[in-house]
Amino acid sequence: MKSLPLAVVLAGFISLLIAAPVEAQMTMGGPSAAAPFGAPVDDEHVFYHLLFDQLEGRFGRDSSFHWEGEGWAGTDMNRVVLKSEGTVTNGVMEEGDQELLYARPISTYFNVQGGLRYDLDSAPGRSWAAFGIEGLAPLFFHVSATGYVSDRGHLAGKLEGNYDLLLTQTLILQPQLEMNFYSKDDAQRMIGAGLSDLDAGLRLRYEITRKFAPYIGVTYENKFGDSARLARLASEPALDLRFSAGVRVWF
Amino acid sequence: MKSQTSPISLSRRRFVEGVALTGVGAAGGLFGFMGRAAAVEAQKTLTGNQLDLTIGSVPINITGRARTATAVNGSVPAPILRFREGEGVMINVTNRLDEPSSIHWHGVRLPNSMDGVPGLTFKGIMPGETFTYRFPIVQSGTYWYHSHSGMQEQTGLYGPLIFEPKAKEPYAYDRDYVVMLSDWTDEDPMTVVSNLKQQADYYNYGQRTLGTFIADTKKQGLSATLADRLMWGKMRMSPTDIMDVTGSTYTFLINGQPPAANWTGLFNRGEKIRLRFINGSSMSTFDVRIPGLPMKIVQADGGDVQPLFVDEFRIGVAETYDAIVTPEELDAYTIFAQAQDRSGYARATLATRAGLIAAIPAMDPRPMRTMTDMGMGDMAGMSGMSMGGMSGMDMSSPSKSDGGMAGMDMSRMPGMSDANMAKMPGVRKAEVPSNNADGVDPKLMQGQPGVDNVAMEIKDRQEEAGTGLDGNDRNILTYALLAALKPTDAPPPTRELQFHLTGNMERWTWGFDGKKFSEADPINIKLGERVRFALINDTMMEHPIHLHGFFFQVENGQDAMPSKHTINVKPGERVNVVFTADTPGYWAFHCHLLYHMEMGMFRTVVVA
Repeated sequence: MKSLPLAVVLAGFISLLIAAPVEAQMTMGGPSAAAPFGAPVDDEHVFYHLLFDQLEGRFGRDSSFHWEGEGWAGTDMNRVVLKSEGTVTNGVMEEGDQELLYARPISTYFNVQGGLRYDLDSAPGRSWAAFGIEGLAPLFFHVSATGYVSDRGHLAGKLEGNYDLLLTQTLILQPQLEMNFYSKDDAQRMIGAGLSDLDAGLRLRYEITRKFAPYIGVTYENKFGDSARLARLASEPALDLRFSAGVRVWF
Repeated sequence: MKSQTSPISLSRRRFVEGVALTGVGAAGGLFGFMGRAAAVEAQKTLTGNQLDLTIGSVPINITGRARTATAVNGSVPAPILRFREGEGVMINVTNRLDEPSSIHWHGVRLPNSMDGVPGLTFKGIMPGETFTYRFPIVQSGTYWYHSHSGMQEQTGLYGPLIFEPKAKEPYAYDRDYVVMLSDWTDEDPMTVVSNLKQQADYYNYGQRTLGTFIADTKKQGLSATLADRLMWGKMRMSPTDIMDVTGSTYTFLINGQPPAANWTGLFNRGEKIRLRFINGSSMSTFDVRIPGLPMKIVQADGGDVQPLFVDEFRIGVAETYDAIVTPEELDAYTIFAQAQDRSGYARATLATRAGLIAAIPAMDPRPMRTMTDMGMGDMAGMSGMSMGGMSGMDMSSPSKSDGGMAGMDMSRMPGMSDANMAKMPGVRKAEVPSNNADGVDPKLMQGQPGVDNVAMEIKDRQEEAGTGLDGNDRNILTYALLAALKPTDAPPPTRELQFHLTGNMERWTWGFDGKKFSEADPINIKLGERVRFALINDTMMEHPIHLHGFFFQVENGQDAMPSKHTINVKPGERVNVVFTADTPGYWAFHCHLLYHMEMGMFRTVVVA
C-alpha cells in the first residue's frame, strides 16, 4: 500500500517517456502562415533525461545505500520533472522524498517548479504540495529552493546547492549541500520544527564519459533541534560523517 | 564491410584520425576523383541536363565502428553535380529512406517550388516517392546541395554542385578539385542535441580548470586571474565556448575521408590547381591553409571576387571559397583544415603521385572568447586578443549587481546611443526606416529564457579574421577584403530589418530576437523590394546566416560589394547585408549550424 503513490508517480513518468517520441512527431506542427506545408524544423522536440547525481554507498558507523536523482521530459518551455531521493540502512528506508513537478523557465537561468511530493520510506508517508525555483546562480552554482504544504497543514522548505569544480577536464570535485526545514514537529518521521537536517557531501568524480562517472567522497549529515533530540532518543547519531563511493550516471 | 570494433579498444588517435581505408586511391584529372571502400560507392561526378538521384541508407565506417549513413546514389558525400550556366536541368530524386527526405540546392537562384525545403516549398519527398526538380541555371560557380529534412545532412546527405560559366572565366587553371569539408559523428545526431540540452558543455573538453587557473595566476597574478574568473562566472558564460559540438565526437572529413585516409589530389609541378572549398559540415567552422602554398582566392560563395592572395581563410558552415594554387617547389603539400576550437582537423594532400605525403602542422593554440565577443565592443581593450593575455580584463568587471548582465542595458551606458553607433566605421546607422524584424525591443530581451546576452555595443568586425586567427603571423582572409569583380549596380535599400541572433547557451536554445521559429511570425517582404538585413549577433558564437533564393550584398566597405549566400556573423558583431526580393515565395532564413536551425534559429521570409 505504502508504495502505491510512488508506483503512480513512476508509471506517470514512464508513460511520458514512451509518449515523448510520439508527441515529438505531433508537435512538429501543422501548416501555418510561416510554413504552408507544416513545420520545417523540430524546435518543439520533446527530450528526456534521467540523472542520478548520487548513487552511492555511505560507510561509517553503519552503512547505507543512498540515491538522489532527477528525470525530466519535455520541451524547452514545458517539462515534467521527477525527483527521487532516499537512504536505505539495514533494510530500513529513510528520508524518502519523491516529487513529480511541472517546470517552466521564468528567466534566462531559472525555472519555477510546482507539483507533488510524497515522503515514501519506511516511516508513515506524508503528502505535500510543492512549489519552488531552481536554476543556475552567478558563478555557476546550481541552486534550488522549494516550499511545501502538507495535507496536514505543515509547512516545509528545502534548499539545495552544488558546484562543479573542474580539476581537469574529466576529474571534477563537487561540493553539495541540502537543508530541510519544517514548521512543526512530526515525531513519527523523527522530524523537529526549524532547521531539521543538513546533508552535505564532497565528491570527487572521474568522468569516464560524461554520462558515467564513478566517484568517492565524504558525506556529512547533521540533525538539529528536535530532530537531533528524536534521533538521540532512537539511539541514532545526530551527526554522521561517512565515506562514500558511488557512480554519477545519466541517460 | 569491416567488422565492428569494440568501442573500448578504440584508441583516441584512431577516433580522431579515422580509419585509413584500404584501396583508397587517388587520381588526377579535371574532375576530382576519389575511391571508397566496400559499401559506400565511390563519389562520382554526374553531368548532363537530366539526372536521376536516389537517396538511401548505406553502411559506413569512418572511425572503426559500423554505422549507417544517408547517401545519394550510394555515395557519401553525394555525387558531384556539374551543370552549365544557361541550361535547364531536370533532376529526379527518389527517396528510398523510411522517412521523408529532400534536397535543397544551396545558393541557387531558382523558383521557390524547386528550393526543396519541407514545410515551406513542398511536403518533402515521401518514402518511395520521386520528386522532379526542374530549374534553369542562371548563375555559375561552386555551390552545394544537401538534405533539408531532420538530421540527414549530418548523416551524409551533402554534395558539391558546380555550374560551369557561359563566359570565359577571368582566371585559368589546369586541374579542378572539389575540397568538401564535413564532420562525422558515430552518435545519432538527435542524441547529440539531446546531450547538449542536458549539459551544454557536453562536448567541450577545453574548459577552464584548476590547472588553467594556476597557469594564469603565474602569468598575470592572482588578483587579475580571480577578477577574470569572477567576471565570466557572474555572467554565467565560459570563454571556452568555441564550438558546441567538437572533435570529442566529430571526425573531420575532406571529400568524405578522415585524416588517416588522406584524400589526395594529384598535380604536376607548375600546374595551376583550382580548389573548390565547400564547408558541408553540420556544425564545424574550419581554418584552412596549405603550408608552403599561398592561395589565390577567386570566388566566394560562387561569385567571382577580385583575386586575393592569402595563407589561410576561415570557412563557416555552408560557405564556399575557390582558390587557385600553383605548386612549384615540392612534390606534396598538406591541405590542413583545423576546427575553430582546435579539437581536431581535416587533412588532405596535394601530391605529384599517389602515396606521397607532407608534414601535418601542429594545431594552433585553443582560442578563447573575449569581452568583445560578449558584445562589449572595445571597452575591455580586448579587440584582436584571442589568446591568453587576459590582463586587460580587470577594468571591465561588470556591474556589482548580482544579475550579471542584467545591469548592463544600453540605456545606462553613456554615449551608447544610436547616434554614436552611427559614427562607428561600418556599423552604419540606418538611413532608411529600420525596425526589428520580429517587432521586439532588444532591450527587453535581456533576462528572457531564450536570451543569455544582449550585445551592449555592436561592432563591425569584418576586418578581423576571427576568434583563434587574429594575431597569428599568417596572411588571413577577412570579409572586409572581399570585393566583387563587378561593382554593385543595385540601388540602395528602402528599408532595414534588424535581426538579433540570440541564444541561451545554458539551456541550449537558439533563435532570432529571442524567439524560436515556432514562436515567431513570418517576415513579410514586398516583391521587388530592396531590403537591408542588419544581423546583430548577441551570442558568444559565430552563426553562419543563410537566406535561401537570394544573394546578400555585404556592406563591407567595398564599392563592389561581394555577394554571399551565407554570412558567418562573429560574436558581438553587426553585419549589414542587402538583397532585392525579386522572386516570390516562402524562403528559409536560418543559421546554418544544423542543430541551431533545427532548434528554431529559423524564420520564413515571405516574398509576395
